[in-house]
Amino acid sequence: MTVVEDRPATAEAPRPKRPNRLWALLRNSWRQLTSMRTALVLLFLLAVAAVPGSIFPQRGVNRERVAEYFTNNPKLAPALDRFFAFDVYASPWFAAIYLLLFTSLVGCVLPRVREHARALTAVPPQAPKRMERLPHHESGIRRPEDPAAAAAEIAKTLRRNRWRTRARETPEGWTVSAEKGFLKETGNLFFHIAMLGVLIGVGFGHWYGWHANRLLVEGQDQGFCSALPQFDESVLGPRVEAGDLPVFCMRMTDFESTFQTTGQPKSFEASVDVSEEGGDYRQRRFTVNDPLRLDGATINLIGQGYAPVLRFTDRFGAQQTATVPFLPTDLMMTSEGVVQFPDVNVDPNGERDPKLQMGFEGVFLPTGGTDGSALSQFPAEDNPVLYLSAYRGDLGLDSGKPGSVYALNREKIADGDLQKISGERPYVLRPGEKWTLDDGTTLEFVGTQRFATLSIRHDPTKVSLLIGSIVGLIGLMLSLYVHRRRVWFRVLPALPADGEPAGGSVIESGGLPRTDYPGFGDEFAALTRQIQEGKR
Amino acid sequence: MAELSNQLMALTVLAYLAAMVCYAGEYAFGKRSHIGKAANRQLVGAGAPLEEIPEPPAKRSKGDLIGLIAVGLNILGLALHLGTTVTRGIAADRMPWGNMYEYILSTALIGSAVWVGVLIRKPAVRHLGLFASLTLVVLLGAAALVAYTPVGPLVPALESYWYVFHVSTIIISSGIFLVGVVPALTFLIKDGWDAGKRTFPFTLGRHIGDAGVLERLTFRLHAFAFPLFTFGALIAGPLWAEASWGRYWGWDPKEVWAFISWIVYAAYLHARATPSVKRTTATWIAIVGFVTMLMNLFGVNLFFEGLHSYANAG
Ligand code: HEM
Repeated sequence: MTVVEDRPATAEAPRPKRPNRLWALLRNSWRQLTSMRTALVLLFLLAVAAVPGSIFPQRGVNRERVAEYFTNNPKLAPALDRFFAFDVYASPWFAAIYLLLFTSLVGCVLPRVREHARALTAVPPQAPKRMERLPHHESGIRRPEDPAAAAAEIAKTLRRNRWRTRARETPEGWTVSAEKGFLKETGNLFFHIAMLGVLIGVGFGHWYGWHANRLLVEGQDQGFCSALPQFDESVLGPRVEAGDLPVFCMRMTDFESTFQTTGQPKSFEASVDVSEEGGDYRQRRFTVNDPLRLDGATINLIGQGYAPVLRFTDRFGAQQTATVPFLPTDLMMTSEGVVQFPDVNVDPNGERDPKLQMGFEGVFLPTGGTDGSALSQFPAEDNPVLYLSAYRGDLGLDSGKPGSVYALNREKIADGDLQKISGERPYVLRPGEKWTLDDGTTLEFVGTQRFATLSIRHDPTKVSLLIGSIVGLIGLMLSLYVHRRRVWFRVLPALPADGEPAGGSVIESGGLPRTDYPGFGDEFAALTRQIQEGKR
Repeated sequence: MAELSNQLMALTVLAYLAAMVCYAGEYAFGKRSHIGKAANRQLVGAGAPLEEIPEPPAKRSKGDLIGLIAVGLNILGLALHLGTTVTRGIAADRMPWGNMYEYILSTALIGSAVWVGVLIRKPAVRHLGLFASLTLVVLLGAAALVAYTPVGPLVPALESYWYVFHVSTIIISSGIFLVGVVPALTFLIKDGWDAGKRTFPFTLGRHIGDAGVLERLTFRLHAFAFPLFTFGALIAGPLWAEASWGRYWGWDPKEVWAFISWIVYAAYLHARATPSVKRTTATWIAIVGFVTMLMNLFGVNLFFEGLHSYANAG
């Protein structure tokens, strides 16, 4: 890849001025040529470099799948990780390629901008001596005017057709040179510059943006505010601090979803009360494709589920109620979760027995089957049922180690500190039912609340990116569909012919498409006809 | 209606298959048709008025007749294909592009329509019929065998007008890219033949029209589809993703492969605009682009798991 390494450096290096213009021209064209080839090589490298990101799970896309990959391939994964296989698009080698590509782009576009600016102000060149060598050529066109007037008339016609035109007097007569299609290069430059802008915009968005996730359960007392500890997960850009986040609080008052008979979701809609900047709570609604747009954050609805509400009555008659989200594991929303009561069975005189903490683990089925299967039959709550197993002992929540809120502490169960006190088969609870355990304590399945998973995100540059890409697209279309072409007319005084007085002009025309342009022949023919017939 | 759509699908594949056999038959008869030759001449001198086509010869050769039958079958296939797609849409009561099966069906329909359009305007390209119908048969066959999904409504994430822009533009541009591979491949074959290669794939080049015309056709199809694909994949797609998932770009496998295809096709346009790069090299890049499109149509859906729910096969 020597081309890759040496190109951008040499392109920008100042060089001594050469007196020989031919030599400079050669050098220039050589440089142009190599740079285009470099761009090609780099484009290819970029395409190839993007492939592993679709083969290996990516941390930026799905953290859990990466963790899974590590568990399944304990040897291979760390080795791959050293090559950033799980962070392809944030890896130094990916960055190296696109930075080189964009350096090359700058090195290529800047001189072209200068050149194009010059071309835009330059006059169309003088007609070639031998027009019949041009790809398109016509001779013997006659006009009644003398050459000067005819040339003026031709120039007028051309200008009306938006050609850049220049008429010149020569010793023999007149020539008219015209050129058209500068928008091609203009569009091409806009396209490449817009791409530069988009890349820079993406970079800025990464620096100054942030995103977070939050699982929000329906209910007045389940709301949250935009503070980092209240998010389940958050990633701030390198230039964002916790204090920069916009201030808002929200709680969900209602969540509705409907489903197809196949179980595919048909619609979701969340109703929330939102307070921004400490103001009053106001009601807002949002759905899957219509996010909640707050000042400084966009909130998307990306998932949903059920949170069973469970009330535990302990040995001393004290009650505690917990609303716990159960995470859906399939399309029909078979959901798994745990309910933990660390502060129950506390003696009224304050004696705490860590062996008497309570935990329950199981699945919630919004629509239980008649056959007692542990899989939900439908995602809506047609026949909600909860299958639970009860555990008593030390939940291990005080150990300081962060544990999952969706599973009981396996170590404590293995050590026997946390013991299963229900039978082999899980206990079946329906809403309103109560389960009396061996020690007389009870667990009541009060009902369920819905929950929504929210993605909260701020991308400060996204509007500029959109504008940039539209400019780029327009530039691209100009670049591809406009054609640069030249035409020339040589206007000479007509020689006296038999029976005709001298006067009038004979005209020869030539045309040169400067890019592959199959329609040019027609255009040239039409133009020549127009000149010949002297009408527009 | 869904039943009808499935039956029409089978008939469509049969019609394309029959057209393919006839195209192959015309090939086998070996005689370059007079119409083909004449039209070829007309193509080379692009822009020449239509009247210059000489009178069709009084008696047609057998090859010619079979070729015409092939074209007829091809058009019949297109009509059936249209019927399949429309009835599918009616059965589902929405646009027929809600899952991978329908997506391929619609993409191939665009490809087929473009092909027939080119065929009618420039009869000389009939010699590419074998390749075009083969591509269609393979695509539709794969769709029916690998990707078939019963009729069902859309998941809510797909109910957005950005989705309509996103998917329709991608379907149209992919269809054109997919057809673009036909002149690309035949150009390479013909170019090899002209260069004196006489081994198998190049021997097919004996009856293929002018290499330059094929090369230009390749370029024009790609140059037409590229901005459309840019809009669909890199503008409408991110707009929809932003509204639906909160982020405009997330390196989901579908997005990765759309990006790869885009870069490869950009490389093709570059290569073609670079005088020092041979046209055959440039054309090979277009073929690599075709492979990446196939990867996105089939591979990504089958091998990787992503957010694009409609991508799931079966
Ligand atoms: C970021 C990667 C790039 C992409 C995606 C890209 C894309 C494109 C596309 C699609 C075209 C086709 C327009 C046409 O044919 O008229 C084009 C043309 C062109 N590009 Fe790029 N480009 C990139 C980088 C570069 C670089 C680094 C250079 C300089 C070395 C460059 C120089 C050119 C030139 C000179 C043309 C005009 C070709 C012509 O039509 O004569 N591009 N580019």
